[in-house]
Amino acid sequence: MKQAFLYLWEILKGSLITARHFWVNLTLHTLRLFRLTKRQGAVTIQYPEVKREISPRHRSLHRLMKREGSDKPRCVACLLCATVCPSECILIEAAEDPDPDIQKVPYRFIIDLSRCCFCGFCVEACPEDALRMDSGRIDLAERDRGSLVYEMDRLLK
Amino acid sequence: MTDILITLVKIVGALVWFLTLTLYLTWAERKESAVMQDRIGANRANILGLRLIGLFQPFADAIKMIFKEDFTPPFARKFLHTLAPFVSFFFVAVTVAAMPFGDRIRVGGRTITLQVLDMDVGLLFILAMLSLGIYGILLSGWASNNRYALLGGIRGVAQVISYEVALGLSLVGLVMVFPSLRLSHIVAEQGKLLFGFLPKWGIFLQPLGFIIFFVAALAETKRVPFDMPEGESEIIGFFTEYSGLKWGMFMMTDFMEIIIISCLAATLFFGGWQVPWLGPQGFVFPWGGHWLIPSWLVTVFQVLAFNLKVVFFCWLQILIRWTYPRMRYDQLMDLGWKGLIPLSLMNIIITAVLLRI
Repeated sequence: MKQAFLYLWEILKGSLITARHFWVNLTLHTLRLFRLTKRQGAVTIQYPEVKREISPRHRSLHRLMKREGSDKPRCVACLLCATVCPSECILIEAAEDPDPDIQKVPYRFIIDLSRCCFCGFCVEACPEDALRMDSGRIDLAERDRGSLVYEMDRLLK
Repeated sequence: MTDILITLVKIVGALVWFLTLTLYLTWAERKESAVMQDRIGANRANILGLRLIGLFQPFADAIKMIFKEDFTPPFARKFLHTLAPFVSFFFVAVTVAAMPFGDRIRVGGRTITLQVLDMDVGLLFILAMLSLGIYGILLSGWASNNRYALLGGIRGVAQVISYEVALGLSLVGLVMVFPSLRLSHIVAEQGKLLFGFLPKWGIFLQPLGFIIFFVAALAETKRVPFDMPEGESEIIGFFTEYSGLKWGMFMMTDFMEIIIISCLAATLFFGGWQVPWLGPQGFVFPWGGHWLIPSWLVTVFQVLAFNLKVVFFCWLQILIRWTYPRMRYDQLMDLGWKGLIPLSLMNIIITAVLLRI
């Protein structure tokens, strides 16, 4: 009997908590509507209009770094990133560079984002710091799969 | 001729009231659950950029549902499969006919009751119609010809029938206190005063009856603490094989049941359209003093009071739906047969003894 009443009391307490949340939040929403308070009734971030600040460690869309004072990529086509990639989404075709100081450059550098799992191994593997994942772009959805294959020119931007 | 016209207007008015409230209850449910959980809720539906905190969402939902593919599985029994949602919908929709929205009004020498049909068995009529709604569950589960749907239908029927008993028994005490089954009479009785100041509402005379009624009624609506028939999140329920508008009718039935339960709770236990201390001439306060108001304003107050009570109970049911986790099926049956039915029988006996003294 006592247990049943304790059980009922806990049930009632649960609904009191949700009811309190409801009324507090509703009051805040109403006050905010009339600009009487700055406190927010909800923790929601209304995404397309308001964007949350991305943490500096966040792994977003890849970008290829450029050599200082030129438009060419830093990449030397060593294929370490393509080797370490668990999703096998990086394809590099190497070519010779006219500059004798640089042996190889990528002729093509493709990342297939439809396969990429954003693990960041490629960035860690790169000995030249030529690849980073700090572009801050996270809205990567496309209407067809072909557009998800990023060629070198898009990665260099 | 005029009588028929008046009845027609009343029927259309009651249905429009009912369906509008149903439509906006879907919005209210989304919004209330969101506000409870520190979220914002559906607010994107707009007409020409006008959002109005998502008030157009029900229309967007309706349009989506109408244009969805209405697929009848090839293995289903076609006729019964189509019939089931209509059965469910119909038997809930007719219950609104017995709800008293307000007192009698006089227009041009005529006395009009603000109630579609003032039956002397109004309460029985509503309970009977709610019980017949079981056929919708049974037919949909069986006609789908799908084992999961059939099991869901059986679960649903077992649950609703079990709680039907407790629901009926919990109201017996109330019928004994206000010796009538006529809803308008029950509401009129509740306008009297208890000890000279307390409104003679059912809740003060039958507190235990109200608790049993409300719990049983929650089980009748088949919503979350008691939602084994559907189990929308994990287990498969009786309307698994439905899509498009037929599914939408089952969902509407759910929301309409919420409103009917709220109407019943307000009418039977919270004085229906009665405003405390409001008589036909105006307010007469028990501590002396009165405030006389014209009769049309009295009617407005009464209808508003009824609507306010209904909205409050809708709010309470949504709050309960978004607070509690689902019960296990054996716990549900235990609560129904071992908890509520003995309690309601006890309530009847206590009421009988107290009435006799």
